[in-house]
Amino acid sequence: MIPTPDLSHLKRADYEHVYEPAEDTFILLDALEEDANELRELQPRTCLEIGPGSGCVTAFLGTILGASSSLYLTTDINPHACKSTKATGLQNKVPIESLQGSLASPFRHRLRHSVDILLFNPPYVPTDSDEADFAQQHADIAGSWAGGRDGMALTDILLEQVEELLSPTGRFYLVAVKQNHIQDISRRMLEQYGLQSKVALQRRAGREHLFVLKFQRTQSNT
Amino acid sequence: MVRLITHNLLACHAKGCTSNNFPLQFQDAAIELRDAEFNADFLRGFLPRIEWTALVGAARQLGDTSLPAEQPEMLDDEFLQKLHHVLLEVHVEEGAMVCPNCKHVYPISNGIPNMLLAEHEIG
Repeated sequence: MIPTPDLSHLKRADYEHVYEPAEDTFILLDALEEDANELRELQPRTCLEIGPGSGCVTAFLGTILGASSSLYLTTDINPHACKSTKATGLQNKVPIESLQGSLASPFRHRLRHSVDILLFNPPYVPTDSDEADFAQQHADIAGSWAGGRDGMALTDILLEQVEELLSPTGRFYLVAVKQNHIQDISRRMLEQYGLQSKVALQRRAGREHLFVLKFQRTQSNT
Repeated sequence: MVRLITHNLLACHAKGCTSNNFPLQFQDAAIELRDAEFNADFLRGFLPRIEWTALVGAARQLGDTSLPAEQPEMLDDEFLQKLHHVLLEVHVEEGAMVCPNCKHVYPISNGIPNMLLAEHEIG
């Protein structure tokens, strides 16, 4: 049993601007914990989480793999999330490199085929497109959930970059909900990018049917 | 945190800026040194992903001249200790990183770099 990261340093006021860990966070933690041995054996050197919010997930990953075993990078457009993630790293003794940025943009040039573990718990809630655009421009808490058409506005952009980022043995974990059309995502990633996927975990939480999808290269595509 | 290991992975991504956009140059850097846990396996595993010349140049900009200009073939303990310090223990807390090509400025505040671009700068 790997302990859930200590978030006691984050207060109510922080969660006015930063997404507070909830069922979608915990299902990702559970998926990583189930894969703990596999992930350790891969000896990941570069881990990147897009949109870490509180920093809970990367702190957890760092606890699984070991603080000094990998480089832990995060990018979030929300400056409050960047501060929270940095603080959560310190609180849990995982050195997290918290950057303010959009998706993987600042790393695409240098991390080509170099990311060993890529994590994304995106804004997946279907909203109208204007609402999602506004939320991203505002870079505050609404940007953590407002997902535009089918809840895929941000996810679609990252999906186009995943193959380019993943190392030969890389793993990509994506949180999604049923309305995101899970099978469509899997088919597209296999057909367009040669990345196979499986449902690592799924569960119902209130009104949401949550999934964690796990992607990796097919044998012929390493 | 902006440690040199991270700096070594960052390139300018402004619209149209695709060559000579790495490494970013430090400007008015305020640094802090903090101990980090030494892990030789990590250093050996990560070294192939490092652009050596960029790392040596960035370290020199910050006043650290401990690394040789050429990457040594023998990864002995003395070398790995120096590499560990330069990659993982030097934190740039304030200042900026500037693109050598388009001169875009990426500010660093409280150890967090702002790599966001304005809408018209996104490629």
